[in-house]
Amino acid sequence: MTRPRARPTTGEPVVPASSDLAAPRRTGVTGALVRALDSDVFYSFRRSPVTLVAALVAVLLIGASLAAPLVAPTDPFALETLDLMAAFTPPMWAEGGESVFPLGTDDQGRDLLSAILYGMRISLAVGAASVVFAMLLGVGLGLLAGYAGGWVDALIMRVADVQLSFPAILIALLVDGVARGLLPRDLHHDMAIYVIIFAIGVSGWVQYARTVRGSTMVEKNREYVMAAIIMGLHPGLIALRHVLPNVMGPVLVIATIHLAVAVITEATLSFLGVGLPPTEPSLGTLIRIGNDFLFSGEWWITVFPGLALVLLVLSVNLLGDWLRDALNPKLR
Amino acid sequence: MATFIVRRLLQSVLVMVVVALVGFALFAYVGDPINNMVGQDTSFEDRERLREDLGLNDPAPVQFLRFVGNAVQGDFGLSYRHGRPVADLLVERAPATLELSFAAGVFALLVGVPMGIHTALWRQSWLAKAFLTISLIGISLPTFLIGILLILVFAVWLGWMPSFGRGEVVQIGWWSTGFLTASGLKAMVLPAITLGLFQMTLIMRLVRAEMLEVLRTDYIKFARARGLSARAVNFGHALKNTLVPVITITGLQLGSVIAFAIITETVFQWPGMGLLFMQAIEFVDIPVMAAYLVLVAALFVMINLVVDILYVIVDPRLRIGGGAVGGGGGR
Repeated sequence: MTRPRARPTTGEPVVPASSDLAAPRRTGVTGALVRALDSDVFYSFRRSPVTLVAALVAVLLIGASLAAPLVAPTDPFALETLDLMAAFTPPMWAEGGESVFPLGTDDQGRDLLSAILYGMRISLAVGAASVVFAMLLGVGLGLLAGYAGGWVDALIMRVADVQLSFPAILIALLVDGVARGLLPRDLHHDMAIYVIIFAIGVSGWVQYARTVRGSTMVEKNREYVMAAIIMGLHPGLIALRHVLPNVMGPVLVIATIHLAVAVITEATLSFLGVGLPPTEPSLGTLIRIGNDFLFSGEWWITVFPGLALVLLVLSVNLLGDWLRDALNPKLR
Repeated sequence: MATFIVRRLLQSVLVMVVVALVGFALFAYVGDPINNMVGQDTSFEDRERLREDLGLNDPAPVQFLRFVGNAVQGDFGLSYRHGRPVADLLVERAPATLELSFAAGVFALLVGVPMGIHTALWRQSWLAKAFLTISLIGISLPTFLIGILLILVFAVWLGWMPSFGRGEVVQIGWWSTGFLTASGLKAMVLPAITLGLFQMTLIMRLVRAEMLEVLRTDYIKFARARGLSARAVNFGHALKNTLVPVITITGLQLGSVIAFAIITETVFQWPGMGLLFMQAIEFVDIPVMAAYLVLVAALFVMINLVVDILYVIVDPRLRIGGGAVGGGGGR
């Protein structure tokens, strides 16, 4: 289990899942892969029923949302199929429910199951894009800081320290607020999805940078780097082609856990009304819409998207936890 | 020791300067303040005169210094949306947020610590397993969803608790408190649980982990060997030594509680600073955004500074090397 360590760093807010990853480790991609195919990891995978269930749920949810156009009963974006008369239909097992709408409908008569599947697709897409963005930014800066050292390192890590003393959601909110002020109103509407990806990405790069910087500083003193330097290779080439593959192991674990965080952050922003517009409803937007009808008794409009969100985040979190433990026996 | 404190202080000042720069950049470059202040039919000459009067044509460094000077005196200008001084708005809203954060912190400690102790001492009991499962769900549930579910169950279905606002408040000087009325206390229950749940799971896991570690140490074995009762060993010796990190983490978490209050306050329409900030983002009310940012940053920096200095005082090992504590990544 993870344990936030009471380390006296400069006010690093204690992030429950991933703080242990800040320690430099030497798990290369190839090393991790070889070991993943070795029996150890598969053994621990088979032996953990919780992980098996989590993997099953995650694959099911991600698969269903990726295949939403094929699986979903209706297309929630097709306006011509919307029937306002069917609005507020309760789930099929409740009184007044219809089997056409298994989970009921929302205020516009959209089938909730379809809306959730499409919404999860958007949530996952935004989450994954933010993770990739944060990863590129963090790994790049971390590699630069660790390999270059000196004032470059000091500057980058100082910025990271400052940012780490604020919660990610605050940074994301701020970036979003600034974008709102800078972009004209109609343009902002079209750009909302990119703004969100940028905001979440910027708020999450520090974790990657710290980890990569730590491992890079260890790696750069090894013989193979020395050899490369003596051979006269360009420093950038050494960093990218030789050091980078050897520091990527922990990054993949961070990315898994970060995906859960990114999905939650996106949902929170959308719920707060500064995320994705109702024309591109993510799970957070659906919950926000449903929240307006909580008091009039239409609970299903909020509860089912919420449940989908929790299942998604929980299963990804569990997988991330397992992956970290499996790849790094020291933490067990 | 003195060098460490001075270095740490300088570092804090640096952070505040950076934050002030961001706040100032918001002010100066996002949107046109003049457009936000005057009506459609103000002539170009009037606008230019106003610009000159407000010092908006001065070089940026001069404007920045003026911004810092004003901010230090608590002057953040007028809110674009409310037309009132931002400082007044913040002072008005501060008690609501601080009381909510306090209640959430008390809830997290009072529930989290006993749960942590139980899961550490009776690891195999079904209750311990239930607690751990709850903590996992508590970490995976986003704050806003917890709030919505609590409202659905306790306000809509059961009708026990109010779902929004602070209830009746009593005015004591400039401070408005909800602790003195029944409806005020009742209104605080759901938001405090929502806000405190994440911290509670954090404290529980921390207490459990620390406790498990301490229980393995020699002095606990020795205490057992001396024939002390389980109660004396567990609570008199073990618990006492687990509480130092718990207090530190709780202190460090204070800042994020106040930041996460933004979400809780929006869900429960709690009239605090977080709701003000949220509305400021929605309406691009830059002065409020900048002021909130600087205020929260000051709070974070102060808490971190105090915790770091306390740490060095409490743990002499950290004094070696002077600035070792300040380094983020093994400097």
